[in-house]
Amino acid sequence: MELIAFYILAAIVTVSAVAVIAAKNPVHSVLWLITAFFTSAGLLVLIGAEFLAMLLVVVYVGAVAVLFLFVVMMLDVDFVELKQGTLGYWPFAALVGVAFAAEIALVTFARSAAGDEINAKPGAATNAEAIGQVMYTEYLLLFQMSGIILLVAMIGAIVLTLRHKPHVKRQNIAKQTARTRKDAIRRIDVESGKGL
Amino acid sequence: MTEIERFALDYLPVILFLGLGVILSLLFIIGAAILAPSNPDPEKNSAYECGFNAFDDARMKFDVRFYLVAILFIIFDLEVAFLFPWAVSLGTIGVFGFWSMVVFLGVLTVGFIYEWRRGALEWE
Repeated sequence: MELIAFYILAAIVTVSAVAVIAAKNPVHSVLWLITAFFTSAGLLVLIGAEFLAMLLVVVYVGAVAVLFLFVVMMLDVDFVELKQGTLGYWPFAALVGVAFAAEIALVTFARSAAGDEINAKPGAATNAEAIGQVMYTEYLLLFQMSGIILLVAMIGAIVLTLRHKPHVKRQNIAKQTARTRKDAIRRIDVESGKGL
Repeated sequence: MTEIERFALDYLPVILFLGLGVILSLLFIIGAAILAPSNPDPEKNSAYECGFNAFDDARMKFDVRFYLVAILFIIFDLEVAFLFPWAVSLGTIGVFGFWSMVVFLGVLTVGFIYEWRRGALEWE
């Protein structure tokens, strides 16, 4: 039963991953990508990694896919123009694909040679607990590094994209309420026969 | 109870919500298809512009500020994601684990103060 579910989900992941690169419209590609993410979350549930599955849905489906959509919308590319010269990328794409497939095969064979079963929750009741027991103590350095990386990403995004338009009028409530009669009104003695 | 039954029972709320979501969205789509009047003509199907013919495609450049909001959202989304395993395993990781997370949150709070002061959260 679990095996059948695995093959169904794996087939959907493969088909939608192919559709991501085969789709003519980049927006459709992103939608296929969402399907692939969602189905991969199902695969993670199958091996008992519920927390990772939840993260995949929340972070990748909920946020990264939306970000991809923004990028697709923002680029404003001419799709006809984009299609030309795609063939030139094939050797490079094939190289990356072969390298990736070889890595996955290596990991799979190494695992099956060692003979250990996949265990998504070593020494804990749930996947989230198993992660929590080691991430904040044993892998402290990596955890804090991820915090720094997030900080850098935050600052980088602000530095790169934040542009305040100079002549936009904003309401500053503190400034408004701090205004007194003294600095708002001026009395001027105007000499007779002269203007200001 | 077989293994598959236990599995289904564990995920019963998820399955319920998923089913409800699918049923409700199908209901809206089918309901709209059946009930809504539909007699299209070229004017109705063309891109909407107020009072003049459309100059342009509906596909246009987005303001980059949407992207900034999305990035800032993702970062705090991840920060919260880190909190879940921490919360469930706080009993075993003890004081050290607690302060490890506090330092992590502190680092991100620096970033939060920075973006607040720079006005990245304001929409002019």
